[in-house]
Amino acid sequence: MKLAGQTIELLKKEIILEWRSKYAFNGILLYIVSTVFVCYISFNLNPGFKQSAGYPIVWNILFWIIMLFASVNAIAKSFLQESKARLLYYYTIAHPQAIILSKTIYNTLLMSLLSVLALVVYLLFFPNKVDDILYYFMVVLLGSMSFSTVFTMISAIASKAGNNGTLMAILSFPVVIPVILILVKVSKAAMDGIDRSLSLNNIGTLLAINVIVIASSLILFPFLWRD
Amino acid sequence: MKFIYKTWWKVLAVVIIFYTLIAGFLLGVPRLEILHETIRNTYFHVPMWIAMFTVFTVSVIYSIKYLQTGKEEHDLIAVEAANTGIFFFVLGLITGMLWAKYTWGEFWSNDPKQNSAAIAFLLYCAYLVLRNSIDEEQKRAKISAIYNIFAFPIMIVLIMVLPRMTDSLHPGNGGNPAFGKLDMDNRMRMVLYPAFIAWSLMAVWIATIRYRIRLIEHKKNAIN
Repeated sequence: MKLAGQTIELLKKEIILEWRSKYAFNGILLYIVSTVFVCYISFNLNPGFKQSAGYPIVWNILFWIIMLFASVNAIAKSFLQESKARLLYYYTIAHPQAIILSKTIYNTLLMSLLSVLALVVYLLFFPNKVDDILYYFMVVLLGSMSFSTVFTMISAIASKAGNNGTLMAILSFPVVIPVILILVKVSKAAMDGIDRSLSLNNIGTLLAINVIVIASSLILFPFLWRD
Repeated sequence: MKFIYKTWWKVLAVVIIFYTLIAGFLLGVPRLEILHETIRNTYFHVPMWIAMFTVFTVSVIYSIKYLQTGKEEHDLIAVEAANTGIFFFVLGLITGMLWAKYTWGEFWSNDPKQNSAAIAFLLYCAYLVLRNSIDEEQKRAKISAIYNIFAFPIMIVLIMVLPRMTDSLHPGNGGNPAFGKLDMDNRMRMVLYPAFIAWSLMAVWIATIRYRIRLIEHKKNAIN
């Protein structure tokens, strides 16, 4: 119970800190909106793009690519913003697993909110017929959760190794590629209105990857944490 | 640790490898359409992956041991086993690609198994890059050990689980029967299973030699 209590306290602290500055939220929201806008302008340079046959495919993949880069940037900060002194303070009062758990949950919440907003903005600029919109939203939430679990652990590793963005990308992309492949597949199925039960298999794999990643971060973070 | 200094298993590895080379090219194999004689590639392609799994497993075990004990030797074993694993990874990819050229028509045909293998390759390249990015030895050992343990289950998922869930041309995946079920007969098993053991031993041998060289360098550089 001590772990759960600590996790909740740390989670509260994360949310309060974010609420005061709103830096990460606004920054990433702006990042997403400007990326979507850049895509909008560039794609519309080619007349007839929206009527072309490949439009739904490009629509789906483009959304996930935007989400991928947005979440890398959002979550890379999660260990970067902690000063050395503050980490030392955590070291004295909290359990390492509580720290990684609270960060993961916080990132999941942040990314869920951001990705739903991103989907709304994206639909505004790139209108598209999504047959099973509820299921699509669910997949988006699941996707943001998967990104958060993977990137939180990787950002912890990258922050120990000198905090550079390149490292974050090369360490996390091989891990996240299977996730994104499944997400693209499932969300395309949701777009086409294919019966939900047919994608359960893929969703199960996605959840299994999440469980593996969370379990290994819980086991490994206590070793990573101390300098 | 005494095991790596023994000779008998190295001799055994060489003897069995020569046996699989000779038997693999001379013994009879089932006559199958499309595959024809390329089925003999099983004797070389699959053992490369088994050898890779063996050394990667050794690498992970020593990464775990490093986190427990903090001995630098364990880190050296982990990194050299991973290096050897990457070498066998490349061999596995190349033998697979050659086979694919003659049976699927292309060296690289965007097959899920090939793509997953390529991603898993990136995963271990990232491990090496991560090592290079940290200067401090103990920190490097610790962080790369953590990433190694983190990467291993992902690699298993990528190579063993995901391709089985989609349509793949690769035998044993995507509803295709594995060679073991339909195509292979006991003559082939007589060669294939010894080949697994022999190439695994070979990989371990290469890793131990690299480790011993590293150990000498390490001792030379140490301050006494």
